[in-house]
Amino acid sequence: MNEQIVSTENVHLYYGDFEALKGISMEFYDNQITALIGPSGCGKSTYLRLINRMNDLIPGVKITGKVNYDGKNVYDEGTDTVELRKKIGMVFQQPNPFPFSIYENVAYGLKIAGMKDKNKIDEIVERSLRKAAIWNEVKDKLDENALALSGGQQQRVCIARVLAIEPDVILLDEPTSALDPISSGKIERMLEELKKEYTIIIVTHNMQQASRISDRTAFFLDGNLIEVDDTRKIFTNPEKKETEDYISGRFG
Amino acid sequence: MAVNPEETDLNKKHIVTLNEKEPLAISTKDLHVYYGKFEAIKGVSLEFEKNKITSLIGPSGSAKSTYLRSLNRMNDEISSAKVTGEILYKNVNINDPEVDVYTTRKQIGMVFQSPNPFSKSIYENIAFGLKRHGVKGKETLDKAVETSLKQAALWDQVKDKLNQSALALSGGQQQRLCIARAIALKPEILLLDEPASALDPISTSQVEETLIELKENYTIIIVTHNMQQASRISDRTAFFYLGHVLEYDETRKIFTNPTIQATEDYVSGHYG
Amino acid sequence: MRRAYEEELNRLHASFFRMGRAVNEAIHQSVKAFVNHDKELAKKVIEQDKEINEMEHELEQACIELIALQQPVTTDLRKIITVMKASADLERMGDHAVSISKSTIRVKGSKRIYEIEAMISEAGDRVEKMVQEVLDAFVDSDDEKAIRVANEDLEIDELTRDIHRISIEEMKKDPDIVLGATDYMLASTYVERIGDYVTNISEWILYLNSGKIQELNTHHNIDDLNN
Repeated sequence: MNEQIVSTENVHLYYGDFEALKGISMEFYDNQITALIGPSGCGKSTYLRLINRMNDLIPGVKITGKVNYDGKNVYDEGTDTVELRKKIGMVFQQPNPFPFSIYENVAYGLKIAGMKDKNKIDEIVERSLRKAAIWNEVKDKLDENALALSGGQQQRVCIARVLAIEPDVILLDEPTSALDPISSGKIERMLEELKKEYTIIIVTHNMQQASRISDRTAFFLDGNLIEVDDTRKIFTNPEKKETEDYISGRFG
Repeated sequence: MAVNPEETDLNKKHIVTLNEKEPLAISTKDLHVYYGKFEAIKGVSLEFEKNKITSLIGPSGSAKSTYLRSLNRMNDEISSAKVTGEILYKNVNINDPEVDVYTTRKQIGMVFQSPNPFSKSIYENIAFGLKRHGVKGKETLDKAVETSLKQAALWDQVKDKLNQSALALSGGQQQRLCIARAIALKPEILLLDEPASALDPISTSQVEETLIELKENYTIIIVTHNMQQASRISDRTAFFYLGHVLEYDETRKIFTNPTIQATEDYVSGHYG
Repeated sequence: MRRAYEEELNRLHASFFRMGRAVNEAIHQSVKAFVNHDKELAKKVIEQDKEINEMEHELEQACIELIALQQPVTTDLRKIITVMKASADLERMGDHAVSISKSTIRVKGSKRIYEIEAMISEAGDRVEKMVQEVLDAFVDSDDEKAIRVANEDLEIDELTRDIHRISIEEMKKDPDIVLGATDYMLASTYVERIGDYVTNISEWILYLNSGKIQELNTHHNIDDLNN
């Protein structure tokens, strides 16, 4: 049985008067990939960002309910959001490496955290790049600028950057939508490897991607969680008609 | 796991030509495109059937978009680009510098990846190009705007707000507006460069439905990274790889039993 | 939305139904030819089986293309799988109609037992009705009807058992009837098998609606006919 790592309880999110999330309760488990799917504006990305408090940065946002992680509500006062975002890392749609070398991109978080031992940093950089399935492609050019890499390689460097600071949970917001199928395929295979060590939550517009790589799938519509279940159940025999219509491409 | 340059025999190709019964819309013969010294397209000969949707698929760097752009001479805009070979449209080689590029583009329209409506009203987005091409008279323009919006399956959604800004539309609506803008000029061929890649599945589905409707009146050539999209909507599919077309056949053949191993690897997602 | 796709799914259903009707006609004619010793009609059934096989091949091809080109999931996927599986069952029913026809052509014994022939004819009629009903249940995706049809198969099994029993009794009484009665037993077994395939199709109808693969009425093999 997989261990429950993160859960939300009756989470609501408001942008001013607009209720973007209408009471979402669900659990996320260790060694699993959970996919969040749904049409644009359904709230899935908002929900993803709420898990490591990325929405705090947006003015006018109000959040109620609980996000439980590590025995605490992450919205409790006194939560160190910097620490939280280390343990619950995030990868975005557009690869966003820093404009410096591949090595420094991955080492950055470690140095910020005060690590000075060069050998130790070297070791973590290599390990992270290996886990992100890009070591072989970049090992001879670690000093080159990360921006010179292809989009797919940049995205994997961004994932290595997150892995270097040893998170428990990795949030990914449409990580392959800007990439071609070959680069997407590499990232999908990498995520399947990574789930052996992490809890992975991914927002994707690509339903084939959700069905290929995820263990559980949650379908969002208009700020509601319509259905969450094993991916094989969602894609072969979902309970709700709205889910069925969406995944079989019948949109209104 | 093939689809990599070392293992793929670029000389082994399977290109199916049209038979006599299938009317030809446009074709290329031994088309090469060079950017300076770099040869991006390495001799592509393809025939496109009228009133069909043809998909161009292939990994990044396969030059499928470069090929698409050469069909209405968009590569003319790039100063270092040189295009050799023939592009035959109505028995004329339109790759001839003597051929007027603007007339060509009127007959062979183009829609791009990101919806790019003008920051004008919905009505003006379509009327603008018509006026530039000399169409006059409010009634004529109204009629043309309505017809093209209907063909692009957008009329019902926008008919009561034609004077509103096009930028207020959803992504999928904007893209269909761009399609309406292209077809208002009455082209025969519509080229689309990843027209749905910036859209969510719902908008994507709307654009796909529109294209299926449009093929009654137009010949459609579409570049897409989305193999499911190619398989869903197109009649024929060309697999581009490193500037070559390795396979060109009916879509059903490409997705159920392709002839070339590299095509098989690519469409089934087995890549190195 | 997805009109072209929906049309193809509908076309698939219509072709399946057409194939079902062709198979049912083959069953009807093969049994009729058998009891009437009509070798010409039997030949016609064998001839027409090529068309049934062709129909199955086309359906299978259409299913494969829909799966490869349209990425069906959930209900759509089950519809396609159901057509693929159930058309294979129909095709085998057609093969059994051919087997019945072959024994009609082969028939050597000149002695006839009208009582048994009437029973085979009845089994044929019943199975034909079951095929029609299961096709209707398929089109309406009617679970209850599917279960009802599957239950009717028990009566066919019963009838087949009787035919076998009486045939054996007659053979014991009169050695001249052995050849003819063997054919009676064979033909009734083919009819009984057709009933089993109807049950299979009923199971696919339940799968179509529920997504669960379940066995309907415990099985009926020729081996336990004499128990």
